[in-house]
Amino acid sequence: MNTTYFDYAATTPVDERVLEAMLPFFTERFGNANSLYATGRDAFRTVEAAREQIAALIGAQRPDEVIFTSGGTESDNTALIGILTRLAPDGGAHLIVSAFEHHAILEPAEALAKRGYELTVLPVRKDGHIHPDDLRAAMKDNTKLVSIMHANNEIGTINDIKALAAVAHEGGALFHTDAAQTLGKIPFDVAELGVDAASFSSHKIYGPKGFGVLYLKKRTPFSAQQRGGGQEFKKRSGTQNTPAAVGFAKALEIMVAEQDAEIARLTALRDRIIEGVTSTLENTQATTLVEPRLPHIASLLINGVEGEAMLLQLDAKGIAVSTGSACSSGSLEPSHVLLSIGCPPEIAHGSLRISLGRFTTDADVDYFLEVFGPIVERLRAMSPVYARMFGSK
Amino acid sequence: MLYSDKVMDHFNNPRNVGVIEDADGVGEVGNPVCGDIMKITFKLDGEEKLSDVKFQTLGCGAAIATSSIVTEMAKGMTLAEAAAISKQQVADELDGLPPAKMHCSVLATDGLKVAVDDYLVRHGREPISGEIKSADPNFDPHADEDESHDHDED
Repeated sequence: MNTTYFDYAATTPVDERVLEAMLPFFTERFGNANSLYATGRDAFRTVEAAREQIAALIGAQRPDEVIFTSGGTESDNTALIGILTRLAPDGGAHLIVSAFEHHAILEPAEALAKRGYELTVLPVRKDGHIHPDDLRAAMKDNTKLVSIMHANNEIGTINDIKALAAVAHEGGALFHTDAAQTLGKIPFDVAELGVDAASFSSHKIYGPKGFGVLYLKKRTPFSAQQRGGGQEFKKRSGTQNTPAAVGFAKALEIMVAEQDAEIARLTALRDRIIEGVTSTLENTQATTLVEPRLPHIASLLINGVEGEAMLLQLDAKGIAVSTGSACSSGSLEPSHVLLSIGCPPEIAHGSLRISLGRFTTDADVDYFLEVFGPIVERLRAMSPVYARMFGSK
Repeated sequence: MLYSDKVMDHFNNPRNVGVIEDADGVGEVGNPVCGDIMKITFKLDGEEKLSDVKFQTLGCGAAIATSSIVTEMAKGMTLAEAAAISKQQVADELDGLPPAKMHCSVLATDGLKVAVDDYLVRHGREPISGEIKSADPNFDPHADEDESHDHDED
């Protein structure tokens, strides 16, 4: 069965152009970038050219501000732990993260809190954005690091990172942003945003899985979390992944080149989905419509239906989506993101995320809208409480 | 986390969906906050065996599949037999359930237990199962968990 893929925020296929750029570096140009002979020098030059290209595309001042990692999760973890443990080796420093961060931020933040650091989890407003005034109110004399995501991966809201980073800096703290969901998709420039550190993932931008970047502004205090041969300017040891570095650079180059056209195209498709669902199905709504929002994420609340049931019924029709329902994870709690914006659990159980990307077509959206209504109506008809809880036409 | 083919079959083609209007026993368990609600109704024959069983469920794939299979299992059973169906029997009948979904099979068996007791109490007889936690509208599924649920990153 052909899959109509609507989960680009989870991962993306490697673009053929990216794959083509990577292929020579698996086989004939396989050298170790740390070796002195010709194949090693070739790998070194290739890795450094990729680094320079990425640095230029994200607005870094110098290529050595770009650290290659194993992905967004490692970048997030090492940013928090590496910066904070360098600034305050014995604990005591205050860290602020927002309540709707990815687990790759929340989990290390909680681990740091157990190791003697002070943690504030900043609330999110009901519209799905972090307000700079809320950050200002949370700042303390000992606040050393603030980490707030550029855009939320479930509900698609974009935070005002420039204003938030300015608040952190006013209070004498450094600022990190998890930009896994925004890099290449909307304009992103570390200098313009004023961040000290940022995390990126390759597989969200049609690059290979298992690769990412940690941007670390020059002179940002950082203690390496992976030690060994001293690669990556002694910030992240390990033989460089040459094909992946080439793939990431190529993937980002394509994202940036096609960005304006894609923003317009995907925004129109996203709005067709939101409009198509909410105007034809009773008791459905967009999670938030407050701008700015990512062009490729439609977050919907389908009242009176459980998310995993919708997901599986759509899957049976060859459509891949995601949900923040408790039942889609191993836990019994619905998505912490939806709870953070004040969404009641019984509503959060019916959440659906449709995320679009490079290969999403008008026909895909038509097909989704055609099959989705009957699925919702069938599940509601099977529910003992739909009429009681939400009434019907 | 993967569902067995049998779970997917019962989810995609649920058996015995609906409500028996003149039911002999009615049971409703779960609540909207935990995300799963199940209602079970049954009809008895002259020998006091379950001749017809129907369900309605709001919930995930496992909740719907366990509801569906429990209606099939209960048909033809005596009241005592139906009330004695265990969550493990339901899971086994579905060729297994992921560990995080075992609570769904509890809901299905609890729904049946409540329906059986409903019939017995209405006829002035002693209930078999007595108090069922998930039948309480304020039931907290988290309070009863004996195994901790770690984040299952996808």
